[in-house]
Amino acid sequence: MLRLKNAVIYDPTNNKDGVKEDIWIENGKIAAEPKPEVVKELKAADDLEEIDLNGKIVMAGGVDIHSHIAGPKVNSGRVLRPEDHRRDNVARKGKLRSGVGSTVPSSYVTGYRYSLMGYTTVMEAAGPPMKAKHIHEEFGDLPYIDKGFLVLSGNNYFVLKFISENNQQALKDYLAWLINVTGAFGLKVVNPGGVEAWKEGKRMRGIDEKGTHFDLSPKEILLALAKAADDLELPHPIHLHTNDLGSAGNYKTAINTMKLLEDYRLHITHVQFSSYGKNEDSKIKFAMATDEIAAEINRQSKLTVDIGQLVFGEATTMTADGILEYNLHKLSGNKWVNTDVEMETGSGIVPMNYKKKNLVNDIQWATGMELFLKIEDPWKVFLTTDHPNAGPFTAYPWIIKLLMDKNYRKDYISDLNDKFDEYTDLSSLDREYSLSEIAVISRSGPAKALGLKNKGHLGVGADADITIYNNIEDNDIAEVFAHPAYVFKSGKMIVKAGELLDNLEIGKTLVTKPEYDQNIIELIREDFQKYYSISIDNYPVTDHYYDKIEVIPCVTKE
Amino acid sequence: MTELKTFKNITCTFCGALCDNIEVKVKDNKIEELKNACAISRKKYEHALKDRTSPMINGEESTYQEVIEKAAEILKNSKNPLIYGLSSTTAEAQKNAVKLAELSGANIDSTSSVCHGPGTMAKQLVGMITATLGEIKNRSDLMVFWGANPVEAHPNHSKRYTMLSEGLFKKNRSDREVIVFDVRKTPTAKMADQFIRVEPGKDFELLMALRLIIQGKKPETEAGKVAGLELAEIEAAAEKLKNARYGSIFYGMGLTMTGAKYMNTWAAMSLIRDLNNDHQRRFVMMPMRGHGNVAGSEITMAWQTGYPFAVNFSKAYPRYNPGEYTAVDLLANKEVDAAFIIASDPAGNLPKKAAAHLKDIPTIILDPHWNFTSDFADVVIPSALKGITASGTVYRMDHVPLHLRSFLEDEWPDDAAAVAQIGELIENA
Repeated sequence: MLRLKNAVIYDPTNNKDGVKEDIWIENGKIAAEPKPEVVKELKAADDLEEIDLNGKIVMAGGVDIHSHIAGPKVNSGRVLRPEDHRRDNVARKGKLRSGVGSTVPSSYVTGYRYSLMGYTTVMEAAGPPMKAKHIHEEFGDLPYIDKGFLVLSGNNYFVLKFISENNQQALKDYLAWLINVTGAFGLKVVNPGGVEAWKEGKRMRGIDEKGTHFDLSPKEILLALAKAADDLELPHPIHLHTNDLGSAGNYKTAINTMKLLEDYRLHITHVQFSSYGKNEDSKIKFAMATDEIAAEINRQSKLTVDIGQLVFGEATTMTADGILEYNLHKLSGNKWVNTDVEMETGSGIVPMNYKKKNLVNDIQWATGMELFLKIEDPWKVFLTTDHPNAGPFTAYPWIIKLLMDKNYRKDYISDLNDKFDEYTDLSSLDREYSLSEIAVISRSGPAKALGLKNKGHLGVGADADITIYNNIEDNDIAEVFAHPAYVFKSGKMIVKAGELLDNLEIGKTLVTKPEYDQNIIELIREDFQKYYSISIDNYPVTDHYYDKIEVIPCVTKE
Repeated sequence: MTELKTFKNITCTFCGALCDNIEVKVKDNKIEELKNACAISRKKYEHALKDRTSPMINGEESTYQEVIEKAAEILKNSKNPLIYGLSSTTAEAQKNAVKLAELSGANIDSTSSVCHGPGTMAKQLVGMITATLGEIKNRSDLMVFWGANPVEAHPNHSKRYTMLSEGLFKKNRSDREVIVFDVRKTPTAKMADQFIRVEPGKDFELLMALRLIIQGKKPETEAGKVAGLELAEIEAAAEKLKNARYGSIFYGMGLTMTGAKYMNTWAAMSLIRDLNNDHQRRFVMMPMRGHGNVAGSEITMAWQTGYPFAVNFSKAYPRYNPGEYTAVDLLANKEVDAAFIIASDPAGNLPKKAAAHLKDIPTIILDPHWNFTSDFADVVIPSALKGITASGTVYRMDHVPLHLRSFLEDEWPDDAAAVAQIGELIENA
């Protein structure tokens, strides 16, 4: 047994806000404090290890609800950008494999850097089903963290077909089958209908217009998918990248979408990219719409969002939203990758550099910060950079500092474009996040939204994924969050004094296994065999691709 | 096993098209019957169990354990070894090979550097607009083959994925226009609606002329010609490209390994990029990759090291430099002092000067079959047959992963196990 003594615990799930207590760990889980006589026995048998934390901050391991860390798109980004890795080399050390970093790090370095930052669970945000084996292969080389992936389903042939046929039962069975055979955790929906339109050489705007070969509006697709996810009782609702993402004036589409799905569970991802106003009189056209977006989120009870906070500097945008990447390529002139995936999705990659003096980038940056500060309930808003789209995940500690320290925020703003205050409210916002609120947006909230009952908190029975930080009174806040004193994963110490220990381990893959009617396979077989380029029998991810797996049950109703 | 056993939807690993619809009937650990296999595939399957290697050290019969240990010893004692090949083995073996390269401070490179590697370098400059093969089957109304001859090199390609396939929106040959650009009238060109003969080594000029015309500009000509073609002919071709709704270009080594090499592919990629600027038109391109899992070699190397090929580990972290850490250059410049060849035949395929150096340094080969390299290699490690007696993962030319199922027994372990075992001996030394 392991005892962490003299911890100052921030565990919002269990209403502990700076409570001084010990933490007990056994078999990779948080355990109840043993009775004094048991402690005596353990000590006598030399079965109790104790670490005195001397009043250090203790939180559950960080949980990232949306990050691009593995799979075909990420890997294509690595190949595309040798210039991204060149100056960021990580040498082999003991059992720790070497690699490269920067915005699209190699698999090992991705695992190291999340771990060094005290993050222990990460959700890969978008995987094309027919390349799922690739994702699982990479997961096998992604150390320490527990991970899962969200399977792309908003422009899938069978999804659109069943919705256009009004066959909700088949849709539900198909989605459950898809999650099972790809080893996915949940459903990702990207620009529903809009990616199919891009492949057909068409454009769609808003969520009402019908379009594409399937003659469906995004609205119809969204409603059917949200309902199916609720009916399947998936631990995590549909994870939505909205239509019109990235374009000026798109906040209306986002709000229409939020209102449309108000009766269903919904997570909107990197909402910063969906919260732009439009000012026809302004030269840059871009405007803020954070009041409108925050008000709608504050009004709703089930809706959660993550921000996708912009970080100034190098980024690599990558998304299943093919048309969006085309637009970014035209905007930036930068190199552009596009991959259309038959029957399922599109995708694209464009490197970006967000600049402090660029007013549009400033507005994007401020949109994220303002949403953090204007959304009242931290349980509804989570910390992400949509890594590596709006910036690398390694920037989280500095975002935390911006949220916790309004003076730092002010200093930061002074480096931005001179016209910053004309376009944004940020300078007038005084809110500062507390440590407890930081714990919510970086672990407890995302874990709850993902339906991971054993993550994001330190209650008895939880996974012993634990991060121990130095005090913020005596240290720079960003340094505190960038370099935890200790990190424990499944009860084992993996980081000590800001360094990885030499015990390279691969974490668990998190999956769900919703039930479905086996007849669905026969229902799709003919079209599959004709219009895919591989056999349906070779489509499922077989057991060879899983090492350690944890099945999260599909139960959402109490 | 005396009963006839049938295996369906087996993946043929011999070329980058990875047809996954092979049916095999097996009896007494032998293939009795093959269905859906092309002529190349059939020959490969029939030959698979013949000419098998056995453990050899310096031309003498040895044991499996001895050759593994000898290989580890050579790599450990080498100051600057090369690990090369990889494109005809599984992703599992490729991953282990990268780890082995790291452990032994080696250079690691795949046959990609002498076939489609230049295309990957071009991608690093401009990016690449591509699609999976099924997408092209379903949507493409204009198919262009440039320096590629799938009828002979990927015989089932046209039936399964392109000209002759049945797609969702495009049902048959008559729904698609086909143009072939090549230096000679290949069998693929004979199936096309139009064959455009390119002057050898002038692909770059022709691609740039097409780009200019599509951008509404007039290219400069020499005596009214570019790449041996009348300007009017090029303009007509440009018009066809512009009229496509979902065009596709398949390019082969006729583009990547001739004339301007990676700049050829750069020009083709830039042309495709320009063609996507019209909102009603989409255009994609695809390398016609040769070896079964050459795409996998770039994929596995990239997620472990960040780079697709030409990686050096002498500093304990990966460095990338095609032209320096590529096998041909390392060998021709006599920079490496030992070589570990995995599932490849550099003595048969690499330029003479590069291949010659292999005879001067300790060379280990891991391959199920005898080839020109194993004829002189110091250490020969036998191996199971990918997709026949060994399972694993392979990546198709469009990066679609497929899992291989073995259907026959073998006396030798597979590549992945051999490479891992050598790695363990070095790691635990």
